[in-house]
Amino acid sequence: MLEAYPDNRLSRIFLWGFSALVMAFLMLPTLVVVPLSFSASNLLEFPPRAYSLRWYETFFGSATWMAALRTSLILGTLTAMVAVPLGLLACISINRLGGKAAVTIQGVLLTPSIVPGILLAIGLFFVLAAQRLVGTLFGVLVGHVVLAIPVACIVLLPALARFDWNQVQAARSLGANWARAIGGIIVPQLHISLLSATLMAFLTSLDESVISIFISSGRNSTMPKLMFLSLRDQIDPTIAAISTLWTAIVVAVVLIVTLRRKS
Amino acid sequence: MESLPITIDSVSKSYGTYVALDDVSLDIQAGEFLTLLGPSGSGKTTLLMALAGFVRPDSGKLLLGDRDITRLAPNKRDIGIVFQNYALFPHMNVLANVAYPLALRKMPKAEARRRALDTLARVKLEGLSERNIAALSGGQRQRVALARAIVFEPRVMLMDEPLSALDKNLRETMQYEIRRLHDDLGITTIYVTHDQREALIMSDRIAVMNSGRIQQIDTPQRIYDRPSTRFVAEFMGEANIVAPGLVRRIDGADASRATLMIRAESFHLDEKLVGRDGIALEGTLRAKAFRGENWLLTLALDGGGQEVLVCIPAALASGCGELATGQRVTAYAPAAKVHPLPETIA
Ligand SMILES: Nc1ncnc2c1ncn2[C@@H]1O[C@H](COP(=O)(O)OP(=O)(O)OP(=O)(O)O)[C@@H](O)[C@H]1O
Ligand SMILES: [Mg+2]
Repeated sequence: MLEAYPDNRLSRIFLWGFSALVMAFLMLPTLVVVPLSFSASNLLEFPPRAYSLRWYETFFGSATWMAALRTSLILGTLTAMVAVPLGLLACISINRLGGKAAVTIQGVLLTPSIVPGILLAIGLFFVLAAQRLVGTLFGVLVGHVVLAIPVACIVLLPALARFDWNQVQAARSLGANWARAIGGIIVPQLHISLLSATLMAFLTSLDESVISIFISSGRNSTMPKLMFLSLRDQIDPTIAAISTLWTAIVVAVVLIVTLRRKS
Repeated sequence: MESLPITIDSVSKSYGTYVALDDVSLDIQAGEFLTLLGPSGSGKTTLLMALAGFVRPDSGKLLLGDRDITRLAPNKRDIGIVFQNYALFPHMNVLANVAYPLALRKMPKAEARRRALDTLARVKLEGLSERNIAALSGGQRQRVALARAIVFEPRVMLMDEPLSALDKNLRETMQYEIRRLHDDLGITTIYVTHDQREALIMSDRIAVMNSGRIQQIDTPQRIYDRPSTRFVAEFMGEANIVAPGLVRRIDGADASRATLMIRAESFHLDEKLVGRDGIALEGTLRAKAFRGENWLLTLALDGGGQEVLVCIPAALASGCGELATGQRVTAYAPAAKVHPLPETIA
């Protein structure tokens, strides 16, 4: 086995160099936006000739953008709050059921993450239209929860598979009903996976644009929807400022969670 | 605290076509220590889990006292369970584990703490109450599991091979302590094991299970000396099952016509140690082995060559060392130790 990883300086330099290249390839498109956002010019130009914070001022001064930011953050939070408990319960049943039934349920549950987003959005549009829910926050929430449940399950299923189910039976025999056994025994021990699942669900909603474009409207427009719309109408560095902020939020959330996990 | 009798009435359970419990009926008296003994896969855990409420019987009834608990939720049964892997809660310390059932019952914190500490003292874990579960040895975990199962004064205790993960010495200590705890508390207890010595040492009565059925239920001594089936005879120790024709009465009277069960250690090589109504088996010595406290001889009986195990205590076996294989040997057993197997009596 060991010969597969020759431990000499040359190969280590090569490995580091290669990793750095991959990192650059992954990060540069994101990072290139950052200087753009501080440009003083009216156009997106790289590198900017002069720097200013004017595009951030535009963003924070815009009622439309602020409403969208609020909508997105609320929607992300709600999505996580709904999708993670539902996902946990679904995963518990899949874990306990076993056999063909579990495979079937798991398959159905994971389809939203496989089906093209546009199909899901169109389907959802008709379903919600019949209920007169198009354009409502609730409508978008339903869509985002459907997308976030499989994401949460992918994190939670393996964690539950490692969990010693006898503990739940022990708790039950000691007098705990289902709710208390789940809340007192499973949740505290899976808290790291639950935190990851919450984060992933939150980010799924934050990032989602197709369903938002179809379902959300007016005051309930989400950030990604507004970003697409504004790109179509006018290209100015506001969008770069927003992207930078957006990236900063996501990085901050991920950092906070990973650092907490380490400690 | 009042303990309750348990009635298991014609309980059956199948998994697909596999019958895990086949019409099991069993009455356990209040305060009794009953052991379910059987080989792997015989349905012991399934029966225990049916009592605990985690396996729903396909048919039959379970009664606690005169209350039907067949459909009662596990958390309403008030049954203390010790799991084979202990199933302690690793995110709580020792005290919190033991106080958990009390907290569920909304007992005031101070009283719950006092009760939990008392119970920990009872299982000799004073001073470990603030430890993490991960920092306990196997034996200590076992004791925490015991404390957690008795702290809420359940009226029935179920234990599923609680000692199988411990080494031999610790196992023997714990056998004694669990039995003592049972005697102190008087809780009706069903204990599962596949170790027949453990069952003999600990139980008031033993129920021997095989393939989802109870083969025999009796006191340890009767299970050992008077097994009702060949399976029980062989499962409980070195048993010889001998056809009636191969046995000769010492006094010349007619020998039994049933198949006989004679334990290896019931034999003597000296006729004088056996009464006139005892029996004799004649054969040639096939093999001999010194096992410390005894010698194990293998005889091939005259007339068919069936092999019989003869176990002679080392203290009485001065001559065994000189016996040579191929030599003719007669083994004698007293009448009281010769047991006609009921299942073979037509
Ligand atoms: N959930 C289940 N699905 C299918 N078969 C099962 C299930 N639970 C138990 N069985 C089967 O029922 C039989 C009895 O199992 P059980 O666990 O009661 O045996 P046991 O006597 O406790 O054995 P051991 O000494 O190995 O613990 C076994 O053959 C087992 O494979
Ligand atoms: Mg078992």
